[in-house]
Amino acid sequence: MLIELKNIIKDYDNGGVITQVLRGINLSVDEGEFVAIMGPSGSGKSTLMHTIGFLDRPTSGSYYFDGEDTNNFTDDDLAHIRNKRIGFVFQSFNLLPRTTVLDNVMLPLSYSNSKKNHEARAKLALEAVGLGDRLDFMSNQISGGQKQRVAIARALVCDPKVIFADEPTGNLDSKSGRAVMNILDKLNKEGKTIILVTHDINVALHAKRIVTISDGEIISDKQISSTDRVHSKSEID
Amino acid sequence: MSNLLRSIKITIKDLLSRKGRSFLTILGIIIGVAGVIIIVSLGSGAQTLVLGQITKLGTNLVGILPGKSNEKGPPAAVFGVQVKTLLEGDVNAIKDKSKVPNVVDVALFVRGSVTVISGHESIDTSFTATDGSYPRVQNVEMEKGVFFTDEEGITGANVIVLGYDIATSLFPNGNELGQIVKIKTLGVASTSVPFRVIGVQKKLGTVAFQNQDDQVFIPFSIGQHQLLGINYVQFVRVKIDNSDNVKIAMEDIRRVLREQHHITNIDNDDFSVRDLADAIKILTSITDALRVFLGLMAGISLFVGGIGIMNIMLVTVSERTREIGLRKAIGATRKQIRDQFLLEAVILTVTGGIIGVIVGIFISYIIALGARFAGYDWSFIISPTAIILAVGLSIITGIIFGLYPAMKASKLDPIIALRYE
Repeated sequence: MLIELKNIIKDYDNGGVITQVLRGINLSVDEGEFVAIMGPSGSGKSTLMHTIGFLDRPTSGSYYFDGEDTNNFTDDDLAHIRNKRIGFVFQSFNLLPRTTVLDNVMLPLSYSNSKKNHEARAKLALEAVGLGDRLDFMSNQISGGQKQRVAIARALVCDPKVIFADEPTGNLDSKSGRAVMNILDKLNKEGKTIILVTHDINVALHAKRIVTISDGEIISDKQISSTDRVHSKSEID
Repeated sequence: MSNLLRSIKITIKDLLSRKGRSFLTILGIIIGVAGVIIIVSLGSGAQTLVLGQITKLGTNLVGILPGKSNEKGPPAAVFGVQVKTLLEGDVNAIKDKSKVPNVVDVALFVRGSVTVISGHESIDTSFTATDGSYPRVQNVEMEKGVFFTDEEGITGANVIVLGYDIATSLFPNGNELGQIVKIKTLGVASTSVPFRVIGVQKKLGTVAFQNQDDQVFIPFSIGQHQLLGINYVQFVRVKIDNSDNVKIAMEDIRRVLREQHHITNIDNDDFSVRDLADAIKILTSITDALRVFLGLMAGISLFVGGIGIMNIMLVTVSERTREIGLRKAIGATRKQIRDQFLLEAVILTVTGGIIGVIVGIFISYIIALGARFAGYDWSFIISPTAIILAVGLSIITGIIFGLYPAMKASKLDPIIALRYE
């Protein structure tokens, strides 16, 4: 089991008014899975992803990552997990401006303990997303779809076990969006665990399992067979 | 190590991509550091200049001024207070070898303001009335002609020696020797006294901020009685046979003067005996104090420059909130974020420090050139201590004022930072 959440609760304190965003989430994800988390805005899906992605700590409940209880991890421990064992892809790419594609992809390596082959590893990651010929472009000189592929390369460069993608196609046209999703599909086939947050069923159908969340609770958790996928896709198309 | 070099390289690249702002950020530091360098350089230059001029006079000279003064402060006469206790009789007593065995020569002085007239030309200047021993005591050399003799000095012959600048402005043709000039004291409608020019003193330049070439020399008794109408001596300079004997001679002189003035308690001394070592000590302490004071002012401007750095760094941190959030999301620890911004502040201040040093040296050099052009024998001094101090201070400023913004950046919550617009 790669990820195991047990009764995760997250409260936000808004000036004395306590809002419960996650109300007892139980969720397990195996290595190699491709999970889509769906839900309307305000349902808590982003908070859930931030919690699984170690950007936020739950108010209570336990979180086992790769067999380890993460409750007692220090901030530095969490930073190391974010660096080495997970990768993030955001809706708005979050590339560094005035910086080359290659330097953007090398950035996570500069926070890792490894000192060697930064450039070679970054090139390899960029080739994996089909941007081996854009190394020296400035991050603001490429298209949105390419930006998101750079962001995926950046998430891949430290060879993490799991990739979190938060609305990765939200800022893209449908064609670039499809290209990005194809890359995620390919990565999943190669063994990466992928956890995707989206409100778009077309995007979610790339996953093999859809977890739906509403009002801070999981209301459904379904495996998707390949026939389902074809069926639903044609239904929507 | 290679990681640090890489970070430095990336930071410099990043700073260069926003040159205008980076420059404005470090402007305060540049001014502060340049200020420190210039002030220290000017201080040393001025000190060397004054000390050099004093030692040029000779280290075996002793000055006697009327009026009491304490060891460290300047005597009252320096401030223009007229004290009438020093008389010619006292000077003759000092000349007595049996009383002060180490004395070689004694020159006595009174000074005042006059107008020197030659034909239709006239010039306002100051006169020094002294005796024939003056050139021997002060090692004065003549450009032309001779200085008046001991006898002319005592009898009060109407002869005059011109300072270099006076000679060149009254007699641009250089035919001054043997000419008659008239001397008129200022203020009172006195009659003018004619003098025959017998010599021109060699150009001396400026000593202790007084132009030594803008004066005339006349025999002591004429200056004292006829021009000033006084019967006391304003200043006496004694030449001692050897600089090792200066302290002994000074004691002898004090004893002689106490005898002359019937003083039994040394607290009642009505005269001051000084050697050049004392003068050097006083001047050094004054210039040192000035240097410390001005250095402090420059330090304050460095501090203000540091506040400027902090301001811009705070703006930078808030502008780059999303970037900080991203860096945290991909694994940067708090310490790494803090170090990144600290490194940026230090690189900025060190750059400012280096530019400041260059600007400071350049301006100091220009000032030195200007001072030389104005006739001062100015040496261009850059102290390595000042450079190390200024750059060191700027690094410390960078760390101190960069720390708060860097800590602020490191404490940002990644989720809030990523959502920041």
